[in-house]
Amino acid sequence: MSETVGVAATARPRVSAKFRLQWEDAQQSWVLLYPEGMVKLNASAGEIMKRCDGSRSVDELVAELERAFEASGLHADVMNFLDMARKQHWIEM
Amino acid sequence: MNAPAPAPATTIGPPLWLLAEITYRCPLHCAFCYNPTDFAATTVELGTEDWLRVLREARAAGSVQCAFSGGEPLARDDLEVLVAEARRLGFYTNLLTSGVGLTEARAAALKAAGLDHIQLSFQDSTRELNDFLSHTRTFDLKQKVAAMIKANGWPMVMNCVIHRLNIDYIENIIDMAVELGAEYLELANSQYYSWALLNRDQLLPSREQIERAERITNERRQRYGDRIRIFFVVPDYYETRPKKCMNGWGSVFLTVTPDGTALPCHTAKMLPGLSFPNVRDMSVREIWYDSEGFNHFRGDDWMQEPCRSCPEKEKDRGGCRCQAYMLAGDAAAADPVCDKSAAHHTVLKAVDRAQGADSHALRAAPLVFRGPAESKRLIAEASEAARS
Repeated sequence: MSETVGVAATARPRVSAKFRLQWEDAQQSWVLLYPEGMVKLNASAGEIMKRCDGSRSVDELVAELERAFEASGLHADVMNFLDMARKQHWIEM
Repeated sequence: MNAPAPAPATTIGPPLWLLAEITYRCPLHCAFCYNPTDFAATTVELGTEDWLRVLREARAAGSVQCAFSGGEPLARDDLEVLVAEARRLGFYTNLLTSGVGLTEARAAALKAAGLDHIQLSFQDSTRELNDFLSHTRTFDLKQKVAAMIKANGWPMVMNCVIHRLNIDYIENIIDMAVELGAEYLELANSQYYSWALLNRDQLLPSREQIERAERITNERRQRYGDRIRIFFVVPDYYETRPKKCMNGWGSVFLTVTPDGTALPCHTAKMLPGLSFPNVRDMSVREIWYDSEGFNHFRGDDWMQEPCRSCPEKEKDRGGCRCQAYMLAGDAAAADPVCDKSAAHHTVLKAVDRAQGADSHALRAAPLVFRGPAESKRLIAEASEAARS
């Protein structure tokens, strides 16, 4: 059984102070930088992470993504990603 | 030696990691130092302007992690200038230091320059082992530096090179790191290059010592949980497959030495018959993609048996070129750590010597401590040997 609290829809995720998120032209991707290491994000992870700046709630973030990519039903995927990202300490709420 | 055709540029990724070895000067005398034993031959260091240009060129070529190392990088008084430019360019900036020379004023200047992270090494240079283990002077210094790291909001990674003479005190090392508030602790067994190779018999732990250290590390992990992440790196002499050295030659790592020589790894300068470019003469981009030195061990044209037909060749890329040269006498051979290597017995012999009580005699042999005088003696000895 999972012990995680999960991610509340009203939470406002932001990139954790332990990481730095930046766009890397040479890699054509968003990356998370930390002491002596790097996580290269895939395109959708990058789109989510770059919106994690503490200004948007999860619901707003999903709505924005759905508008930007003319898609619907992204909520579950985004929640799954955010839950993973929180466990990895990439984001804070 | 046949020079393999360079791989097409499209298959070569950017030099993501830049190791800027800005000086060989160092207040310590570590018997396991990986700096070349002839470091004293480097008398002229790259100047500030050259380093700034290297940073710009490397960043433009796609480098993103930058570690300022040495020697002791704090020995250069332009460190803050270099860090500031690296950070401005978008590097994640790491300072690898013993903490010796880090004052409140310099810490504040480095913070203002945008330094992202400090990796603090334990000042266990073996000569100071007693001091280190008795928690006295070393502990005071580390405590002071650790407090500065915390006060400036830097993440704290502690690094301790593990060897035969300190491995039995691993619980003290871990507890000290926790006490100092480190978030990460790297317990990296010494690798046998340069000074550590000279001292291998005295530094290589026995199997029993390693097993005990691993067991204690696991117990401490349980005890401390989330407070600290502990990495324990086993010496590769005890493995049967080699490490994927530098994640593959010319794959992600670019080292620039104090005199401006560009290397695919920090010890590659020892390899005979290879020429490595200098950043004074060639741009970082040219060095990375076009130089003979960086292309030499890319792809697999250079591989011999047993590597060439080995199903694991992409997994470890044949291991370490320097280790192959040092132990098998051929930089293109399989890394002798591999039990498929014809020279694997050289590793087994060293491991054998590290077992049991008879190694007591070996420990009585004097350690060779890194230092300019010792380095000059080794240079003279080598040129003497070359003449005769």
